[in-house]
Formats: sequence, structure tokens, C-alpha cells
Amino acid sequence: MQLSVHAVSVREVTVLALDGELDLVSAPVLRQHVVAEVAGGRRWLVLDLTGLTYLDSAGIGQVVAALKRARSHDGDLQVVVPEPRVRRVFELCDLDRVLPLHRTVAEAVAAVERGPSPGRARA
Amino acid sequence: MPEVVLEVPASPRYLHLVRSVVAATASVDARIAPQRVADLRVVVSEAATNAVRAQERSGSHDGVVIRCHLDEERLEVEVRDRGSGFDEQTLPVLPAVETPDRLQHESGLGVPLMRILTDEVEIRSGADGTSVRLAVRIPGTGSLRDRTGPASR
Repeated sequence: MQLSVHAVSVREVTVLALDGELDLVSAPVLRQHVVAEVAGGRRWLVLDLTGLTYLDSAGIGQVVAALKRARSHDGDLQVVVPEPRVRRVFELCDLDRVLPLHRTVAEAVAAVERGPSPGRARA
Repeated sequence: MPEVVLEVPASPRYLHLVRSVVAATASVDARIAPQRVADLRVVVSEAATNAVRAQERSGSHDGVVIRCHLDEERLEVEVRDRGSGFDEQTLPVLPAVETPDRLQHESGLGVPLMRILTDEVEIRSGADGTSVRLAVRIPGTGSLRDRTGPASR
């Protein structure tokens, strides 16, 4: 199953909505989108994982990489994960404690617009 | 004893197939809950991902073999590659989540996930490859160590 990424702008924030499976095969697809957005100066990002049907550690690694890329360019990234099975993988890795996870896009966009997440300068 | 055997080329493009076959095999037994099947999809994919990477590194053209063994008490899945092997003791230790370094680690989560989401994990690795055996107890039986599920961490 392929991964599709659809970008939508909400004011200064770019929402990247993912549909499909995020694993070793599809992780580069996400990376390409994030690299292109940040290179284009759009460094305030939301990853909407609502449409993901599968996520494993290779996919999580790419989400972490995206967060680091955004922050290294003085931006930020928030993640929308309403689906319990996908959210559980973050929780099992304890990454819900260091990655900002939200249940809605509106909540995540608001968090990005509020400013840096706690610990941002240390990432 | 019922057994499903799948051999795939050592390419990430076959990971979806591996997950699908193992999940379908587990679903044959209605006592295995959907959440448990979802967990199996993750752990088998983690093992197969490591197997594919190992064979890519070694340049081997052999396939990765997945064996699913389902009986009355448990489901056991073995993922075997012909890569150059690895020593689990040499895997990096992930920093505590409270430390700033935690986000510097984008990998290394696969084996911990296998241990969290299954009842038994056995990794045998040598110069001729690696075998990862993952086992889950079927509810209502007591064949594996006494725990209620993957919630233990």
C-alpha cells in the first residue's frame, strides 16, 4: 500500500495529511515532502496522521526526523494522531512524552501558532 | 501442526505482504483479538525490516523466510535472514525520555517494540544470518509466561 501526502496551508502553517501506511518503504515519501516544505521557508508544520492505517518504528523515526528538521530551521512541528492503534505505537515508544500529539488538526495548528513547544530549543 | 511459510525477496517492497500474511494467519483463530493482530503486524514488520536491512548490508540475494506456526496454545512467527548477523548487546541504549538527547534517536525502537508487544522473543544471530522468533499466547491458555497481554513495559 502506498503512502500519499496532501499539503494544505492554514495561514502560516502547512498541514501535511498522510494516507496509507508509513513504514520503511514509504518513509522517504514523507521525508521528501518535509524537506521541500522547509527548504521553501514553510517551517511551521502539522503532520496529520488521521489517515494512516499502519505505523511502525521506521515511520516513527521519520516523524522524529521531520520534527528535528523543522526545529533546526527555527520552525516547529505538531502531530495529529486520533487513531488509537497508531497513537499506541507512539505511546509504547514513550514518544508521546516528547512529541506533541493532538487529536484534531485545529488543535495542532493552534499549538504551532502559539509558539515553540516545551523543550524545542533542546531538540 | 498448521504452518504457513512465506519467502520474499529481501526488499522493503514486500513488507506489506509479510504483514498481511501474518495478520491473516493470526485471524484464523478467533480467540486472537484484533488488537493483538494489529500488534503482530507491527512486530513482524519490525523483524522483517531488520532482516531486509541485514541482507541489503551483506549483499545476499537470498530471500527472507517467515514461518507462522499456529496451534491451540500460541502463535509463533519466525523471521529468518541470511545477513551477516548482529549482537543485540551492541544495540544503542535509548536515552530516557526526559533527556534532551531522546529525540536524537530516530531508530533503535524495533527490538524494544518486539519485546513489549509479544510474550516471547528469541533472537539467534550468527555469521550465517539471524532468526527472530516471536510468540504470543492465545487467550485462555497458559503455555507462555503468565501475563495478561502486551501492556507490561
